[in-house]
Amino acid sequence: MSVNPELQGRVFPPVAPYLVGREKVREFSRAVFATNPINHDPEAARAAGHSDVVAPPTFAVVVQEATLAQLLAEPDGGIDFTRVVHGDQRFSYTRPIVAGDELTATLAVTSIKTLGGHSMLTAESTIVDATGAHVVTAISTLVVRGDE
Amino acid sequence: MTPVLADLLIGSVVAEASFSLTRDSLVRYAGASGDFNPIHYRDDVAQSVGLSGVLAHGMLTMGLAVQPVVDWVGDPARVVDYQVRFTRPVFVDATDGAIVSVVAKVGAVDLGAGIARIDLSVTFNGATVLGKAQARVNLA
Repeated sequence: MSVNPELQGRVFPPVAPYLVGREKVREFSRAVFATNPINHDPEAARAAGHSDVVAPPTFAVVVQEATLAQLLAEPDGGIDFTRVVHGDQRFSYTRPIVAGDELTATLAVTSIKTLGGHSMLTAESTIVDATGAHVVTAISTLVVRGDE
Repeated sequence: MTPVLADLLIGSVVAEASFSLTRDSLVRYAGASGDFNPIHYRDDVAQSVGLSGVLAHGMLTMGLAVQPVVDWVGDPARVVDYQVRFTRPVFVDATDGAIVSVVAKVGAVDLGAGIARIDLSVTFNGATVLGKAQARVNLA
């Protein structure tokens, strides 16, 4: 089984909204060795002009994750999870994620390339807030190894 | 104090740090991120897919590697774009753990946009583990 080339250009339905909790931001911050007070202390965050604690730059992966699960579960996708390797990752922010945000992610497959039996699939998850304004786009390139 | 964009010299080191990872770090990241792939906490599972042992989540390495840049600019919100390529695994020994070293240098400056591109060199055991690791920071 190999990756279905017809996935290219496919846009998935938005996943259920993700409510960013203050303690989750702190927990994630501790896990990635983020010690800046703006990640942990609401007063420090407000003093810097933010409404609450600010999530570390890679926190968006937590919101993106449900969209990648959707992609891997796509019935006609042909993506064998056990053959997937994470190749590249990028986050492009319009504004930072702060505690209290309600975020909705929508995945689109923007590119599929085949290289020597392997497939390289690029998935863009566009993440917007409760007003529909763009917050961050999380872009993953997944390498799907071909049959040996 | 926020760094001044116009004062930055291409190629100069703006931040450096080393991170000591243990198996506890991986369990903590698994819980915080929701990534419970057992190759990050079970040697037998890692070895069954041809790895020498448990390795750090790539997203953990990506997440910690930008922290020296966050501390340099003073506010995580100043990181407006961050990308990496995962090139080599970071094996985390059950007893000895692993040391990941980060050196951050100025890669490019865009005075008009108010953005500096900071290039990260991220190494484990003397080898680079993240390729094209670039953080764009807003210093406007």
